[in-house]
Amino acid sequence: MPLPRLIPCLDVAHGRVVKGVSFADLRDVGDPVELATYYGQGGADELVLLDIAATPEEQSTMTAVVERVADVLAIPFTVGGGVRSIEDASRIIESGADRVSLNSAALANPALITQIADRYGSQAVVVAIDAGERVVYTHGARHATEVETVPWAKEACERGAGEILLTSIAHDGHRRGFNLELTAAVRAAVSVPVIASGGAGCAKHVADALRVCDAALVASIVHENPEGLKGLRREVEELGVALRPIKEGR
Amino acid sequence: MSDVVVVDYGAGNTRSVRAALSHVGRTSTLSSEPSTIRDAERVILPGVGSAKSAMAHLEATGAADALRARFAEGASILGICLGLQLALESSQEDGGVTALGLVEGDAVRLTEGRVPRLGWSVVRPWGDAFYFAHSYAARTPRAVASVGGVVAAVRSGSFFGVQFHPEKSGPAGLEFLDQCLSLV
Repeated sequence: MPLPRLIPCLDVAHGRVVKGVSFADLRDVGDPVELATYYGQGGADELVLLDIAATPEEQSTMTAVVERVADVLAIPFTVGGGVRSIEDASRIIESGADRVSLNSAALANPALITQIADRYGSQAVVVAIDAGERVVYTHGARHATEVETVPWAKEACERGAGEILLTSIAHDGHRRGFNLELTAAVRAAVSVPVIASGGAGCAKHVADALRVCDAALVASIVHENPEGLKGLRREVEELGVALRPIKEGR
Repeated sequence: MSDVVVVDYGAGNTRSVRAALSHVGRTSTLSSEPSTIRDAERVILPGVGSAKSAMAHLEATGAADALRARFAEGASILGICLGLQLALESSQEDGGVTALGLVEGDAVRLTEGRVPRLGWSVVRPWGDAFYFAHSYAARTPRAVASVGGVVAAVRSGSFFGVQFHPEKSGPAGLEFLDQCLSLV
């Protein structure tokens, strides 16, 4: 089994990183390229860039960001937000992203999962699920659907998803730990890797998540202190979860 | 002329490979032109996408025969991920695909752990962690490195192939890429 992954998530809007990134050493904390580079060198195993303001008019802005990130980043990254068609996915992947993440668009058009997997391989398709108590939500967790979380995760994988990014809406932003029960239930139902998201407040939360799934998404916990990413890795390892050894240089 | 020709087969993430090459001070050309491949000192066959569509593209453009000819002449070819699998005789992917046949063996679906296999693993005997993202792996007597029973690298004549992505494996990967290109 590959080593568990720590994945910082950057929320991007109009080509800029938004939401709570506070970091004195960066010239421009809002520049996704500079922040991605920093995390890339600072111990991220992967990155997620989420275009939270994705509109058709802004596609070229995000494409330019993806290209610039691909040119400087030497670790894998996933781009989500605004991927609604095979053409959108192609544009993002051919601009240098390793994978695309689908959320509302996958529920509206599940065949899209298969289309992208057929062209780029299932490792290139992440299905992001915003989970409520029982059902899945869409459109930034604002609209409840009729679809239940675990069956949807299974269906997404049968259609070609290569990974599930599972966010527990109730836990997101509260920093009291991940929803381990739901994460474990989804992971037991699928054969692909699962990324836990929502609720990271300390190293123990991350370590607990990495014991039940394959990767943990982290946002505010690292954005408030990006220098602390290496420290976070060390603490997670001290709690008994082995992460990848990081080579310095270049 | 560029240091390295990166073979374009229509679906690969070639941008990251070329960015990594420029990090280690190499210039590159992206091409599927047989004549460009025939003239190349070093060739990289990158990897993302499906084996079937990649082989169809390589055969249709004539790149496949150019690669076979270049291999026979002893030119250095580096295969990455799917690029390694394409160098084998065949792949089980998509119901079975005839591949380039530079290296004995075939690509078979992973049966253990989570599939696709995504993430970093320490590769023996080298000791560094590299990034993997694959659902198929090589089954070949030419393996030179492995991770938990999965073939991580193969060598046969002037072909060297890695299942992981050096261009996505941080400083360890860039150093590895640099060394691969400096060997020949």
